[in-house]
Amino acid sequence: MIVPEFDYLTPQTLNEACALLGEYGSRAKVLAGGSDLVVKMKNGLLKPDYIVSLKNLQDLKGIRYEAGTGVIIGARTTHNRVVENEILRERFPSVSAAAGTMAAYQVRNIGTIGGNLVNAVPSADMPPILIALSAKARIVGLSGERLVDLEEFFLGPGKTVLNQDEILAEIIIPDQATTGSSYIKFGLRRAGSLAVAGVASSVMMDGEMAEDVRIVLGAVAPTPLRAREAEAVLRGKKVSQELIEQAGKIAAAESKPITDIRGSAEYRRHLVDVLTRRTLKTAIEKGHV
Amino acid sequence: MVTEAKPKTKRQIVTLTINGDEHVSLVKVNTTLLDLLREEFDYTGTKKGCELGDCGACTVLLDGEPVNSCLILAVEADGRSVTTIEGLEKNGKLDVVQEAFVNHGAIQCGYCSPGMILSSRALLNRNPSPTEREVRDAIAGNLCRCTGYVKIVEAVLAASAESKA
Repeated sequence: MIVPEFDYLTPQTLNEACALLGEYGSRAKVLAGGSDLVVKMKNGLLKPDYIVSLKNLQDLKGIRYEAGTGVIIGARTTHNRVVENEILRERFPSVSAAAGTMAAYQVRNIGTIGGNLVNAVPSADMPPILIALSAKARIVGLSGERLVDLEEFFLGPGKTVLNQDEILAEIIIPDQATTGSSYIKFGLRRAGSLAVAGVASSVMMDGEMAEDVRIVLGAVAPTPLRAREAEAVLRGKKVSQELIEQAGKIAAAESKPITDIRGSAEYRRHLVDVLTRRTLKTAIEKGHV
Repeated sequence: MVTEAKPKTKRQIVTLTINGDEHVSLVKVNTTLLDLLREEFDYTGTKKGCELGDCGACTVLLDGEPVNSCLILAVEADGRSVTTIEGLEKNGKLDVVQEAFVNHGAIQCGYCSPGMILSSRALLNRNPSPTEREVRDAIAGNLCRCTGYVKIVEAVLAASAESKA
């Protein structure tokens, strides 16, 4: 298989990268890890004239904690680094676990968190848990930078709010001490499979009360989908098995799945019910501090 | 309307340390690390399978970490260190993982073996005493179409035990 020809650009700064993307417009593609881009190019689905490699932008790599802000993940951080990172394992283990459900070990050493988000594949594993945790995207472009709630980041399959000259620089997960969270992916194999459905839940606990609840569904709509009616069932209430079961049913009704090779719409709705209940239970347990 | 001519693919000098030796080459920027290793430097132990990052036959260690060399452009690996299956043997002696694969019948047609062995070697480097589940997770990205997984897992666990002995 041949990678179609292109001109290879290696900016030294984020600003320079944005300038190149602005100049070449839709003829340019960003290369972070390449586990999506190179495959699409080999398959002839993409033939960019220019590739803007981010390999020299070391600032986009790594995970750090800033008091008052939260955990900050550089967009070029690979999935395995997210899986192994001590800061995340301590503060947001559900994010590490979600990264570990992706692909296989070798691909997790190549593919980046930023790439997983920017590709905006409906079945992607990182968006649901990050949205459930109210994560924000720090986006840098020629006219400056902006912070976007990750919930607002996705517009459709393969479509995000990024303008042509913009690059996703960092993902910020804000502090939330009493929040428990969980993501469960259902794939047809334990590794190397896309989600048939994936559900992430986060619950901010106050004693026995669910002070706030976020339920995010993956692979059952064109973009990650918040199950707002299901959230409302539990929000501000004393948690109970009954309410959790009710939330599962409502989340299933809110999902908008399609039938494809990985599963039928009916089956996916059933999965949403089951996974919503399971992730809520885990999130509630972990939220008790 | 005049359409701009597609730019010509540039060539670029790539320097790699392969199995401890420095290699320099002028490569077309659309060359994968896999093709550079096989076609330019004759490290044909690195196998070409699906070419899409699914099968793991092309697995090499990049700065010690297993990656699919079919998904990485050679220019992206410039300045980095690569270990191929040819690099595991030291002073004419096979690596303990290679020995275990031979002794436990973990090689059938052999096509997956280089990638399988490198994934296993990397696992034992980061976790010298893996459980069976951890071995299976580590080689989940290496497909064996002879389906000889049982012997392969046995071999990796044996290599782990032997390394500690």
